[in-house]
Amino acid sequence: MCRLIAITSNEPLSPILALRALDVMREGHDGSGVGLFMSDLGGPFEELKGLPILSGICTGEGVKRLDQFMMNLGFLTKHKVSVRTAKKTPPPGTPKRDVYVIRAYEYPQSWEGLERGEIEFRLMMARLELRRMGEENEDMIIYSFWPDVIMIKEIGDPLKVAEYLQLDNEELRARVVLAQGRQNTNYAINLYACHPFFIQGIASMTNGENTAFVPIREYLMSRGFPGYMGYQSDSEVFTHIAHYMLNSLGLGIEAYKHIITPLQDEALESHPDGGFLRQLKHSCRRLIIDGPNCVIGRLPDNSVFLVQDRKKLRPAVAGGRKGLYAFSSEMCGLEAAIPDRDKSKDFQPMHLDTVIVPSDRSEVRICSQTEPLSLLH
Amino acid sequence: MLANGTIIPSSLSVRDLLWQVRWDKEKCTLCGRCCAVCPVQAIELGVHRKRIVQIPSLAEIGPATASSNVYQVYHGVRQKTDPAYACTGCGMCNLVCPNGAIIAERSEEIDKQRFHINRGGQPRRRGGRRNAPDYLNLGTLDRIKFTRISMLTDPALDAGRHEFELRTLLGRVLPPEENLRLYRENGWIPPVREIYPLIIGSMSFGALSPNMWEGLQMGVAYLNEELGMPVRMCTGEGGCPPRLLRSRFLKYTILQIASGYFGWDEIIHALPEMKEDPCAIEIKYGQGAKPGDGGLLMWYKVNKLIAAIRGVPSGVSLPSPPTHQTKYSIEESVAKMIQSMYMAWGFRVPVYPKISGTSTALAVLNNLTRNAYAGGLAIDGEDGGTGAAYNVSMDHMGHPIASNIRDCYLNLARLGKQNEVPLFAGGGVGKNGKLAANAAALIMLGASGVQVGKYMMQAAAGCVGSETDRCNVCNIGLCPKGITSQDPRLYRRLDPEKVAERVVDIYLSFDTELKKIVAPLGRSTSLPIGMSDALAIDDKNAADRLQIKYVV
Repeated sequence: MCRLIAITSNEPLSPILALRALDVMREGHDGSGVGLFMSDLGGPFEELKGLPILSGICTGEGVKRLDQFMMNLGFLTKHKVSVRTAKKTPPPGTPKRDVYVIRAYEYPQSWEGLERGEIEFRLMMARLELRRMGEENEDMIIYSFWPDVIMIKEIGDPLKVAEYLQLDNEELRARVVLAQGRQNTNYAINLYACHPFFIQGIASMTNGENTAFVPIREYLMSRGFPGYMGYQSDSEVFTHIAHYMLNSLGLGIEAYKHIITPLQDEALESHPDGGFLRQLKHSCRRLIIDGPNCVIGRLPDNSVFLVQDRKKLRPAVAGGRKGLYAFSSEMCGLEAAIPDRDKSKDFQPMHLDTVIVPSDRSEVRICSQTEPLSLLH
Repeated sequence: MLANGTIIPSSLSVRDLLWQVRWDKEKCTLCGRCCAVCPVQAIELGVHRKRIVQIPSLAEIGPATASSNVYQVYHGVRQKTDPAYACTGCGMCNLVCPNGAIIAERSEEIDKQRFHINRGGQPRRRGGRRNAPDYLNLGTLDRIKFTRISMLTDPALDAGRHEFELRTLLGRVLPPEENLRLYRENGWIPPVREIYPLIIGSMSFGALSPNMWEGLQMGVAYLNEELGMPVRMCTGEGGCPPRLLRSRFLKYTILQIASGYFGWDEIIHALPEMKEDPCAIEIKYGQGAKPGDGGLLMWYKVNKLIAAIRGVPSGVSLPSPPTHQTKYSIEESVAKMIQSMYMAWGFRVPVYPKISGTSTALAVLNNLTRNAYAGGLAIDGEDGGTGAAYNVSMDHMGHPIASNIRDCYLNLARLGKQNEVPLFAGGGVGKNGKLAANAAALIMLGASGVQVGKYMMQAAAGCVGSETDRCNVCNIGLCPKGITSQDPRLYRRLDPEKVAERVVDIYLSFDTELKKIVAPLGRSTSLPIGMSDALAIDDKNAADRLQIKYVV
């Protein structure tokens, strides 16, 4: 199993806070790796909100190829965070890397006037091309290339990695932080198999194994969308399902559970949107997950969500106070992240619930699958 | 015959026959039941003359001692050796014998009878299934194992207590984008049925006896109405009894139309009086047991009732053409036929074709993916059964179902239409008794559901047929169990109520076994269609061909 923590805060926070909460839950993960997603950034990136930020790891040679590629596209480096590890010894299990890349770019002049959808598509294609190049020469690993998003993933114990990479660096501040402490899965250790996963502004991380992985992967890959690739981890499909739902189907996150864990017959019949939901269940049948999974994610508008699968076999709790909320695999993680909260309002979502904290962090919204879908009216 | 008598080429001894009747004089009570019950009159009352040599003791021998031979007669059972009356091994004689004095045994070597069953220039015709005695080696489906067992990293589920949804969809499912758009715009969305993935395959009223048909229908109705299992049954090509057409139970029935269009006059005329729509319409283009050959109901079975339902004169053989007379191209005629059937029920009933397993299945499928109305594709593999066919068709024609269904599924996945055109697999599912394992394997190879016929006959009615040429007389209406006979003296042996009970037994136990397979794989909320990562086989070539794991 893995352990997850997501923190959303009105004030920019250091990711260390999330990693400490993970550390509290260390009994639930084996410390074999850490994945970090940050958005709604503070620090120097606050001023660069609209500019795409590239996150990844490169060898010395890879950085040169990266620079060349970005220059060819017309991107200019606007700001970069330097992570200096050259003179340090990595913690046990962590490989020695040349460069951890976190760079914000200015858009190419030729992209001016493009529609938002086109820009988003091109950003994704640039990431995919870099990934492909990196896999070819084994000199680049690219996690994300998107405005207001930074991702760091590394093998090793989360806190030790954080110390090694100086993640308490003042340049790294974010209002939304997703962190995952991973455990080896059935699939080979590969940084691309490390949560959270990202595609076009949507990130998610998962606890648990996805037993319906292969048919879901087949289905996503046959959608004809170039971003539906990778799948070094069975959990990557959750991110892509959310992306497919938001972008191709135009549905809100309230519909997510209706796709991955649809209601059964009797509940559908008595549901006010039963007709619609039955159609959704039929046509999205291949996206039904079978868990056991807990999915925590972030949407392009910086809202965060938490859902459980139909069986609710994975732990998760949501809690906090106005302006600061967290989703955590375990109560102790939540306690570490936000000790001063009204604990009576902590909420453990069950098999029908979707928990959403909107970007204004005003409340924890809970939608049950049996409620009418607001987006339809 | 006498040792110096004449023989004809087809003079056989009991030793030459496939089934040899062993009769025990000591146990026999001469009640005659065995001879009376034998469907093919392979045995008859035998009056045996016997000489007893009585040797007097030495003391008795004298000049006047007469010849000591005593001639006696005893009565018993004699097996005919004329191939026309060859025993079929059905075992009814053994079933009726009060003392267990008689049994048919299989020849220990390859019989000679097989060389003489084409007398009159008529090749052998029979009912039943492919004679492929692989019950020791097990077929491909039987050898597929489920190896992705949830262990520690994710908990296996409790098959007995967990909540399961093991349903499948029959009908054209639209891509999500289009489906939601049409829903919003109130457009026409193709009808889709949520059904149980084990379907009773097409066995016609005519091929089956009225009692068998009634039993199956009652079982299906009970499963639906009392147990909430949406089980469906296909009529086969023989129409549908008028009362069923006008009853609410029609919704549990898939009506089949085939190249002979038998029964469709009755169906069309019942349309205005139908209380419910049928579940679906199956257009039969082929049958796995005899691909490229049409349906066949031999004259023995065409009695008054069958003739009336099918709209034909009684007492004539009813061979359906191998293909639909109007079918000259798949693009046009098949599409038109599918649309016509949709139109008959106001576009409320899914219509799908059924073909026999064939290496051209992909071409058919590719075409159907471009036909917005095709509600699925049923493929019937070489191990499918039939009520009547030429022996050569049954034994040698056709395509195994496993690779056929796998190829089709993978092709759909390449096209991105794996959810849109559901595939149904039939032909030999459960032929060695492993119904749930075979069905689960086919589903994980990509089938949306499976169709079974022979298994139902064996398990629900006690059919004695086998892959080793036992019985197989379905074609001539002499079914000793009354399953495929139209002779009331035979079919009244079969109690429809008991058949219905067995149908329910089969479905309940199948359901439990299916759960016992999918639960350890961590699956419960949806049928694991295409979950090929769960499958493995101990044959490298088969593993490569099916794109599943190879394990030893």
